Amino acid sequence: MATELMVNGKIMRVEAEPDMPLLWVLRDVLGMTGTKFGCGAAYCGACTVHLDGAPVRACQTPLESVGKARITTIEGLAATPLGRKLQDAWVTLDVPQCGYCQAGQLMSAAALLAETPKPGDAEIDAAMNGNLCRCATYTRIKAAIKLAAGAKA
Amino acid sequence: MNAPFAVSRRGFLVAGAVAGGGLWLGLAPDAEAAAAAPAALNHWVRIAPDNAITIVSQNPEIGQGIKTSIPMLVAEELDVDWSQVTIEQALADAKTYGRQVAGGSMATTLQYDSMRRVGAGARAMLVAAAAAGWGVDAATLTTGSGMVRHAASGRSASYGSLAEAAAKLPAPDMKTLALKNPKDFRIIGKPATGVDNRKVVTGAPLFGIDVTLPGMKIAVLHKCPVIGGKVASADLAGVKAQKGVSDAFVVAPVGDLYALAGGVAIIADSFWAANKARDALKVTWDEGAGTGQSTPGFVAEAARLAGQKGQQTIFEAGDPAGAMAGAAKRVKARYEYPFLAHSPLEPMNCTARVTGSKVEIWAPTQNPEPGRKAVAETLGVAESDITIHMMRCGGGFGRRLTNEYMVEAAWIARAAGVPVKLVWSREDDMTHGNLRPAGFHHLEAGLDDKGNVTAWTNHFVSFGNNGQFSRAAGLDATQFPARFVPNFRAEASLLPLVTPTNFMRAPANNAFGFVMQGFIDELAHASGMDPVAFRLQLLGPSRLVGEVGKRDSYDAGRARGVLQTAAKMAGWGRKLPARSGLGIAFHFSHLGYFANVIEVSVAASGDVKVHKVWVAGDVGRQIVNPSGAINQVVGSVIDALGGTMGLAITLKNGVIEQSNFGDYPLPRMTDAPPVEVSFVLSDNDPTGMGEPAYPAVPPALANAIFAATGVRLRTMPIDTALLKA
Ligand code: FES
Ligand code: FES
Repeated sequence: MATELMVNGKIMRVEAEPDMPLLWVLRDVLGMTGTKFGCGAAYCGACTVHLDGAPVRACQTPLESVGKARITTIEGLAATPLGRKLQDAWVTLDVPQCGYCQAGQLMSAAALLAETPKPGDAEIDAAMNGNLCRCATYTRIKAAIKLAAGAKA
Repeated sequence: MNAPFAVSRRGFLVAGAVAGGGLWLGLAPDAEAAAAAPAALNHWVRIAPDNAITIVSQNPEIGQGIKTSIPMLVAEELDVDWSQVTIEQALADAKTYGRQVAGGSMATTLQYDSMRRVGAGARAMLVAAAAAGWGVDAATLTTGSGMVRHAASGRSASYGSLAEAAAKLPAPDMKTLALKNPKDFRIIGKPATGVDNRKVVTGAPLFGIDVTLPGMKIAVLHKCPVIGGKVASADLAGVKAQKGVSDAFVVAPVGDLYALAGGVAIIADSFWAANKARDALKVTWDEGAGTGQSTPGFVAEAARLAGQKGQQTIFEAGDPAGAMAGAAKRVKARYEYPFLAHSPLEPMNCTARVTGSKVEIWAPTQNPEPGRKAVAETLGVAESDITIHMMRCGGGFGRRLTNEYMVEAAWIARAAGVPVKLVWSREDDMTHGNLRPAGFHHLEAGLDDKGNVTAWTNHFVSFGNNGQFSRAAGLDATQFPARFVPNFRAEASLLPLVTPTNFMRAPANNAFGFVMQGFIDELAHASGMDPVAFRLQLLGPSRLVGEVGKRDSYDAGRARGVLQTAAKMAGWGRKLPARSGLGIAFHFSHLGYFANVIEVSVAASGDVKVHKVWVAGDVGRQIVNPSGAINQVVGSVIDALGGTMGLAITLKNGVIEQSNFGDYPLPRMTDAPPVEVSFVLSDNDPTGMGEPAYPAVPPALANAIFAATGVRLRTMPIDTALLKA
């Protein structure tokens, strides 16, 4: 079935089953591998993307539910000043270990800062607790969010 | 200063011209490789005429930061700016590179000296080329930022402009090269951000699972839920009729469970289609011998074996029975810990393309060469016909030391006749990984009236078959406090096991730390001594215990150093509120000495909150990349807290009962306490960082909980129901 999607500001036509999760549409149909597969079951957040700016787990988002929503993936994060600030903070503070979870972490963090420009610890915890980092880079993730927000770590 | 562990400094620098006029320089592991080197394509350093400087990273990158830290060593002695270099991942090619393994925390240990010499060798050749060109003495030249300078004449030249001339010179003898004085380091010891970080944060393709080949299909391999079982019959037609599915076939087992376990392969356009088609798969299994395995059964059998004499002796000294009988005080305890799953966040995957007799593989693996061998044996192809691209791994922790996904991908790609990316689901990995072995320790110690441990016995019930320990299930003879207690006996008995096990971050030590340092804490309290003072007395004076140059020689002084540093950092001995406590532990493994103090409070409900962790580590005189090193230590600490608090893999009728992160709850942001790290710089060669910070964490936590509540927890994962007020 052909569907039109708006991905990172571009209209893309995809041939895929309506129940295929957006994660696999992105990765296996569109070849956009930045969005990661970690659990396929809403536990890890590695697959986090934005639909109209709100963070969703792409592994739990059937293609048919996307409709006209604007999809933003990690490949499109640098399009906004906020996204670039987060990416720079991640590099400056050397957040990643293996790096596999970080696309999802960044997308969750970007959604948080868009809503709450200067989050406190509790707000960061609440927004980020759905994102697993097996390498446990949590303290640096928190510090990088604060750095990007212009707040004191 | 003695050398507790001797690294052999063999190897030959080899050099030549890069097509187009550049210089390459490499390090051949032996004379044969040195002779063959000019034909080899892979080198450690390349300098192109346009001054592009490339350093090749030989080891698999799994998040330990080796792709950054080892090239830093080369860049330092080459005397270039870190910003000038590009890092390239090597192919798997042991003939050119020697050891290419992410395991055992050995890369820094083995390469700290040799990689500096590679950089120094290239620099010496460039300087010699400049000296010859300018007709001056090489000793009058200086280098910096990729330039050679002659102060007297004001002349200077970029490395790139000298590369062609340098390539005509012989490679210097690696042993005669002068290395920098560490006080002149400009790269080593300065925090560097990971070389792939920009790619990570922009979502560029980087990991094994991101590999895409033209015409590639996605495969899943559906395995028998009972580990070791195989397909009896399968309705393949029903699967092939599913949308998006192009092929399905039975894969028969070949070799052991670390090779091709077998199952039903489903080939489709997407992982989604392949994975979903499993629902339509009607398959009957020949479950095999694995069905007899269950966790309660193991526990009961371990208790039975504990009542008997050990099946084998691991280590014995003095007269443990006599000393125990004569002890002023005797303490007995049983410690237990579960199976664990490594669970790196990137699920197992591998991409393979088979063309005639040639096999090309893209694998996120920690250990490619055994994979090459297994693929060659299983498929019946020559090892030299297999090319392995080592892809960045989305976490390792030991999971990717085995290569069964590599064998599976190659086999399936050949059978399917198309390039294939095999992807395991999370459930596949949790139910068919290689486990950290569970274990049971039955300890007794004798104390004199001054708090000296006069006798120590341990009957370790572990896993193994035919008298051989399962992988990573063995007890090393010199595990502390062996050699520190005069009358000592460690013995072992084995429970048979079908399920494959394997090394997990700080293998064996990740559990032994909990057992030994927990029991030592009990002995301190039984003696009425402060836990730090008791440990210092047990360690005795600073000295090397064991043979100089051996991997298991134990430097009591370094252990004392980290113990005292951690205690000081945490303000050991300070008063805390009710149901709060400090716990301490130390451990030596992987050539690193670590101690930590953990502060907890325990709620009336039994919930444990970790407020802070203070870590002191001694991994030698130089931290190569402080940013990466601290990341490793903090990660190890939180990993270890997770492994102590809530994680366990259990078996029922041969089936693993956990399936995803819902019932295997890894630590999250709210579980991560602040961790303060301090490195004790001792005059020893630098050693690895990915593992040794782990083992002292679980016991420090249990000891802190004891300090807070008076309840001694001897089983991991800890049961907080026992801690209710
Ligand atoms: S892959 Fe979607 S939440 Fe884990
Ligand atoms: S950096 Fe490895 S999972 Fe987060």
